[in-house]
Amino acid sequence: MTAMAVNHAELAGVQQLTFAKALTLAMSDSMAADASVIVFGEDVGTLGGVFRVTDGLQARFGEERCFDTPLAESGIVGMATGMAINGMRPVVELQFDAFAFPGFEQIVSHVAKMGNRTRGNIRLPLVIRIPYAGGIGGVEHHCDSSEGYYVHTPGLTVLTPSTVEDAYVLLRDSISSPDPVVFMEPKKLYFSKATLDLDALRARYTPASERGGANAVPSSIGHAAVVRAGTDATLIAYGPSVAPALAAAETAATEGRSLQVIDVRSLVPFDDETICAAVRSTGRAVVIAEAPGFASMAAEIAARIQERCFHSLAAPVLRVTGFDIPYPAPKLEQHYLPGVDRILDAVDKLQWEES
Amino acid sequence: MTNHPEFLEHPGNAALLAGRQGEYLLPSAMPVQLITADGTAHTGGKYKQNYPLPDAATLLEGYGQLVLGRRINEQAGALVRQGRMAVYPSSFGQEACQAAAYMALRRNDWLFGTYRDTVAIMGRGVLPMEVFESLRGDWHSGFDPYQYNTALPATSLATQLPHAVGVAHAAKLRGEDTVVLALCGDGATSEGDFHVALNFAAVFHVPVVFLIQNNQYAISVPLIHQSVAPSLAHKAIGYGMPGERVDGNDLAALLSVLGSAVERARNGGGPALVEAHTYRMESHTNADDATRYRSSEEVAQWAPKDPLLRLKKYLHDAGHLGSAEAERFAVAADAVAKTLRDGMNTQSTPEPLDMFRFVYSEPTPQLREQSSLLAAELAAAQEGSVS
Repeated sequence: MTAMAVNHAELAGVQQLTFAKALTLAMSDSMAADASVIVFGEDVGTLGGVFRVTDGLQARFGEERCFDTPLAESGIVGMATGMAINGMRPVVELQFDAFAFPGFEQIVSHVAKMGNRTRGNIRLPLVIRIPYAGGIGGVEHHCDSSEGYYVHTPGLTVLTPSTVEDAYVLLRDSISSPDPVVFMEPKKLYFSKATLDLDALRARYTPASERGGANAVPSSIGHAAVVRAGTDATLIAYGPSVAPALAAAETAATEGRSLQVIDVRSLVPFDDETICAAVRSTGRAVVIAEAPGFASMAAEIAARIQERCFHSLAAPVLRVTGFDIPYPAPKLEQHYLPGVDRILDAVDKLQWEES
Repeated sequence: MTNHPEFLEHPGNAALLAGRQGEYLLPSAMPVQLITADGTAHTGGKYKQNYPLPDAATLLEGYGQLVLGRRINEQAGALVRQGRMAVYPSSFGQEACQAAAYMALRRNDWLFGTYRDTVAIMGRGVLPMEVFESLRGDWHSGFDPYQYNTALPATSLATQLPHAVGVAHAAKLRGEDTVVLALCGDGATSEGDFHVALNFAAVFHVPVVFLIQNNQYAISVPLIHQSVAPSLAHKAIGYGMPGERVDGNDLAALLSVLGSAVERARNGGGPALVEAHTYRMESHTNADDATRYRSSEEVAQWAPKDPLLRLKKYLHDAGHLGSAEAERFAVAADAVAKTLRDGMNTQSTPEPLDMFRFVYSEPTPQLREQSSLLAAELAAAQEGSVS
């Protein structure tokens, strides 16, 4: 098709990949493994997506399995719903967080409710990919952290990767899920890089018939990850906020404070077990997220920790979040985004003098 | 079909449009009518166009379906008045549209209806109490859509139309000859999803027939406040699909027009839009009071246009409907009405813990916790009532 197109099938072994390319590979490998997996949305065909995440899929799988749609998100989600009703596993791209909102009614009124409404007779194995969050100097309507709307809607699974490996693993698990997944991709991570062993990653998805009795690797859905060990306090972050949390922990270490960092990964279902065990081990917690903090995912995490870990806490759970304002213009976003200094200031307020 | 010169010059587009060019897309000047309100068949002219009158056996079967549909509407209305059912959006007066919708389809086709399409949904074979379970308040649905290739009735207007397009698109990709019939009302044509669905259906050239039951009112708002288009069927040309309009109280015309659109879609001809002119004889639901927004004179004008009256007269005059057939239809309809009455009289006890069971394929840890909480409350209440 295009000169840029990569032959995904030939990418194997140990490779340095971008976050975006790991997502592409997850779709490509899923499409190769299952003919019912199809990809569509705006600009995902010939162009390969505005972030090139679907690059090469149409060339490899043809125009029936990766195609452009008219520019209407409710049509993309609505048609995906119908296709999922009728045997397909659509993976759709809604181009930007704030451009997903025309599809919101379909997501809330149908995608989320279909399984419950039909007493489980209809399951919708569809994935709605949404590039989200800021930090890219984007213009208005291109930087929203919209996860709060989806996590508040029962029936949706909501995932957000923060590493290149998780980009592949979480997306493959999403496509395999029998339930609809809202898959939130932090835009500022698209061009981050890591070296992955693709053969090992793909082996996790070997069909049962070819595993020779070996157990399948459990799905990542519902599982948080401890991404840095620490003993003094726990930083809980997800998506674009994991990197500043890790950077804060690095700085804190030079100042003699050992911070543990959790990547939530699966916003719904939420991994109370891992996260509460972590907080109980340190007794202090700071939750970090880009979205406005009021009535947010960060608020929910703080509330859950308070309900479940109260007697292990040495200080109130604090939040470092976006301000309760519309996402600011590019020259102001540095003041809005939770950064290392604001995270460390919160850590300093965790009542150390009393311990 | 498209007429943009730039578009036609673009390489590859000719192949995309193969077989789609040159079709006449505008609806007839007058709604297609094959049998007049007083029961006379048109033999030609501007009302009949080129649509053939269905054969006598089909019309006789159709009349039986109208009798059944009317009986269901009457029975449901009675159950609501007796307080045995919370709400019923009636299709009284629209039974011809309801019957034509399911008579136009094969078993393997799909029907997408709305809350007012109970009769059409039952026509797909869904058992009376399966349809009425949601109206009784037990659950949001009472049947398995896959068992009948019939979607659950949609309540948020027009949102079901993109689903119909998706079901048809999936069937087309697999090379199946499934046709999807998607119903909506005149009010729903103002919604964004109506536009989106028709556009997607046309662009992807999928086998969907859209049937608008224009019953003149969206609750209280008359059509003139929804649209000033020449007709709702005229909207089709804007999407590049044919539109047609039909007398929605004339079952013969509906069967002919819908049959032709379904056949065309099945043969790869793509989507079509049909507008049926009919009238909602009753209030929006029992919770509504139609006297606040329309006169009894207006309603009375539609009474002689009733779909049953004209077909009965036509079949009777043609010697196809004897007293034995009429009796047979009435008995069959009464039996369904009795099933409904009996069903509504049985006590239903929905299982509270079911609320948590189906939200996800496997309940999340949080839902398991909440389910246990409710289970403990129920057990405590049970214990309290026993002691």
